[in-house]
Amino acid sequence: MYVLSSFFAGLVFGIGLLVSRMANPAKVLGFLDLAGAWDPSLAFVMVGAIAIGAVAFAVARRRTSTMLGSPMALPSSGTIDRRLVLGSLVFGIGWGLAGFCPGPALVALGAGASKAYVFVTAMLAGMLGFELLKRGGSHGSGHEEAHSRP
Amino acid sequence: MTIDWTSFTPWSAVVGGLIIGVAVSLFVLVNGRIAGISGIVGGLLRPRTGDVVWRFAFVAGLILAPLAYAIVTTLPSIDIAASDPTLILAGVLVGIGTRYGAGCTSGHGVCGLSRLSPRSIVATVTFMGAGFATVFVARHMIGA
Repeated sequence: MYVLSSFFAGLVFGIGLLVSRMANPAKVLGFLDLAGAWDPSLAFVMVGAIAIGAVAFAVARRRTSTMLGSPMALPSSGTIDRRLVLGSLVFGIGWGLAGFCPGPALVALGAGASKAYVFVTAMLAGMLGFELLKRGGSHGSGHEEAHSRP
Repeated sequence: MTIDWTSFTPWSAVVGGLIIGVAVSLFVLVNGRIAGISGIVGGLLRPRTGDVVWRFAFVAGLILAPLAYAIVTTLPSIDIAASDPTLILAGVLVGIGTRYGAGCTSGHGVCGLSRLSPRSIVATVTFMGAGFATVFVARHMIGA
């Protein structure tokens, strides 16, 4: 069930990205281009998603276990540190360069967009690089784990 | 600021957003997890026992979404204007940045803002600001 619902959540998420046109980097860049002809669509996607998500997370907050009975695995870290800001800054620059973030890039890959392969391969290389750098450092693993989720 | 009314698609944006909201809700209530795509993919690169199959399942769902969509109607266009070198640089930055900052548009943006996480609010303001600045420099200063 756990795996099936994961698959289904990914599928529905991807369909949402297609319906909202957010798997198209041109739409995302149209939103990020405030000084040009601005396309506010991305903001409307966020509002729609958060409207539903806020209800679900309010319910989830009151629960200690999931509907399948497994324990909730929600992040508890509230630390705002340099890592968070620096990482988000680097991500934002990459996002602005191509108009792709991880979800839409994977959906575009599934749609057969050949250039999406280039982006996704580079993204996986970047993620792998992060893992290798992290393993190279000898800092406490508990601290790292607290930061591994949003 | 001028709004590009020919590109602006408010209805499909809201409907698509609601569908994303349903996916995120399903995932938190049934699986008890944040639907953060960079975290789900990143976890596959440091595999742990019992922590791999569900991640692959989620990613498979994302990748197969266009197939499901195409059964019902024609796929929307996907226009990738960036050159290959730009895509490689952008991909590496997105890969490192999302893992270092522990989240992307889905984890921090959609889920984090839904649960009013202060960390995610800071992250979202930061990556959106960086995205705005990058596009400004690329389109209006360099003119690339």
